[in-house]
Amino acid sequence: MNVKLPLKASNKPIIWSLFAAGGTVTALLFPALILLFALAVPFGLLPAELFSYDRIQGMLDNTFIKLIVFALLFLSIWHAAHRMRITAHDFGIRADGFIAFLFYSIALLATILLVIALF
Amino acid sequence: MSDVKTSQKSVRQVEIEILRYNPDTDEKPYFQTYQVPCQEEWVILDAVNYIKDNLDRSLSYRWSCHMAVCGSCGMMVNGEPTLSCHAFVRDMPDKITIEPLENFPIARDLIVDMDGFVEKLSSVKPYINAAEEKTVEQGTYQQLPEQLQLYKQYTQCINCMLCYSACPQMALNDGFVGPAALALAHRYNLDSRDKGREVREDVVASNAGIWECSFVGACSEVCPKHVDPAAAIQQTKIAATGDYFKKFLMPWKNAQKGQAPEGGDQ
Repeated sequence: MNVKLPLKASNKPIIWSLFAAGGTVTALLFPALILLFALAVPFGLLPAELFSYDRIQGMLDNTFIKLIVFALLFLSIWHAAHRMRITAHDFGIRADGFIAFLFYSIALLATILLVIALF
Repeated sequence: MSDVKTSQKSVRQVEIEILRYNPDTDEKPYFQTYQVPCQEEWVILDAVNYIKDNLDRSLSYRWSCHMAVCGSCGMMVNGEPTLSCHAFVRDMPDKITIEPLENFPIARDLIVDMDGFVEKLSSVKPYINAAEEKTVEQGTYQQLPEQLQLYKQYTQCINCMLCYSACPQMALNDGFVGPAALALAHRYNLDSRDKGREVREDVVASNAGIWECSFVGACSEVCPKHVDPAAAIQQTKIAATGDYFKKFLMPWKNAQKGQAPEGGDQ
């Protein structure tokens, strides 16, 4: 029950800040996306042409929009990676080093793919 | 006379199973069962007191105030960390299991060893670290009601340790500073008279501190005083993250940390 010494300063804020910001973004962004793409369009509340490939592609030609999309997806990816790490921990998987390496590697790969796809 | 009749009517026979352990004679803890005639208005602690007074004088447990103020009588009741003075027998099934608080070493019967807990509490420097000591002539440190309101909730902790028993991270890593101590650190960090956040961060933001919390939130669910330690820890994470990045962005501020006030240090 005692505190184990020596204590060392944690570098968790690096990953936690991405996790916290990503959590906020994910919670606000994804319900809106689901509402638009999975409900509004299929139920005919919005015309499908609104989200046609050409329109979205044209929108992404704007560098400013690109940067916003990058920020939103980058944070969501790293949020998901850290969430999976904690979920593995909560499910009793005790190989935290390996789990962290695995999920952060996937997140890094996804980030690289995102950069290639966007820019 | 009619009063006696009514009270006899509302008596319910309850089977209470208690985990016993005497370090001098027992190799490991074992369960002992008691038949207790429980009154309608009894709390769990009344039933345990009945056993102590009438059935088995060797039963050891802590209690004092019988009104959810002292924080001594925490026990696992049917697997839930509970203040035994704060839970009615009438809300429980006919068979009740009582064990000492989880995640603590058992000292004897329902008494746990709380030395580690006390050490954790004091490790976060839970007292005002003022910017500068004031003499009596210089007067008192003043505070507005709205400044008090900021942290008042976190002063309500009675150190009952239920949150340590409920915390799954505590079960995995008993070196974790834990909910009550981190909430107490947050209480002082939020105090307008206090300037000791950076000093506390040596423990609070360490590898044994807030980052061990995965925000399960069980601590806040079992807290009998609605302190909400889970919220305190999340708020501390945000503040500590800001401080962490500030150290890189404003390295000239780091030099001052060595001179941080240590007022009240024993």
